[in-house]
Amino acid sequence: MSEMIAPEKVAANADAIQEVARMDQLAGPAQRAESPLHHADLDTIAKKGPKNGGVTLQEHKLLGHLVIRGSQDNQAFLAGAREALGFDLPTEPLSSVEQGDRSVRWIAPDEWLLIVPGEDAFQVEEQLRAAMGGHFAIVNVSGGQTVLELSGPDVRMVLKKSTPYDVHDRNFPVGKVVTSVFAKTQAVIRRTGEDRWELVIRRSFADYVWLWLQDASAEFGLVVKA
Amino acid sequence: MFYIYCPHCGEHREEEEFHAKGQAHIARPADPDSCSDKEWGEYLFFRKNPRGLHHEMWVHATGCRKFFNVTRDTVTYEIKEVYKIGERPSVVAAGN
Repeated sequence: MSEMIAPEKVAANADAIQEVARMDQLAGPAQRAESPLHHADLDTIAKKGPKNGGVTLQEHKLLGHLVIRGSQDNQAFLAGAREALGFDLPTEPLSSVEQGDRSVRWIAPDEWLLIVPGEDAFQVEEQLRAAMGGHFAIVNVSGGQTVLELSGPDVRMVLKKSTPYDVHDRNFPVGKVVTSVFAKTQAVIRRTGEDRWELVIRRSFADYVWLWLQDASAEFGLVVKA
Repeated sequence: MFYIYCPHCGEHREEEEFHAKGQAHIARPADPDSCSDKEWGEYLFFRKNPRGLHHEMWVHATGCRKFFNVTRDTVTYEIKEVYKIGERPSVVAAGN
């Protein structure tokens, strides 16, 4: 056993490790791509449901989610990200950067979540791989999670019901991003505007969060936007 | 409920976000193959259970998912210090 994890064997395979398998995960025209909330049929609810309420929910579906990991001590990694993305990875804890249709969230000191349009994901991944040096990892997790946007005057009340994290202005300014408990599951919560918040949730919990949000926002009135 | 400072996120969070991971600073024997059964067994199974200062590991499970160390008083439950993995605690019990 101890022989299998001997460091000299890992070093001998270092070149092989550089070559990682990668593929474009985007579904072609022949395949139908379904978001985790496909079954909820939000488009129909948006058409037939209420038009006024304190909370508006919109799913930003089928985006490209890339988890980028690497050390902040690795300059080739940080410089490569800057070159490929056109902006720096946010090294300040709990911060995010949004530029055009690309946004990066700080998840941990060595982990970021980049969200780009679904059709760009593979190209961005390739550009990052080409530009970055040293020890790093990029994983396309697009199929594993989805983005929900909550907006409206009563969103903060819904968040207060759902997470133990303090969402008061003085603790949660626009642009801050926090991974915390959300309705007994977990969500990456980002404030994108005064009354606008974004949740990144896991695919397997999407239905649960959708049911939770309906219940939690019922008293304020929930509007679904297509 | 604890209100725990995560040294990686740089702020206090609710205990709900963390998991306790047991005693900190357990060194794996340098050469496991030449350990006696007693040494190996103590490494695997035997843990301190002090009354007073205790150094333990916690993980920010639903946050940044990083491990760190906490020095806690097991009598008062007061958290004396939080420090990253690899750092030495500055608060230690007399005689340690």
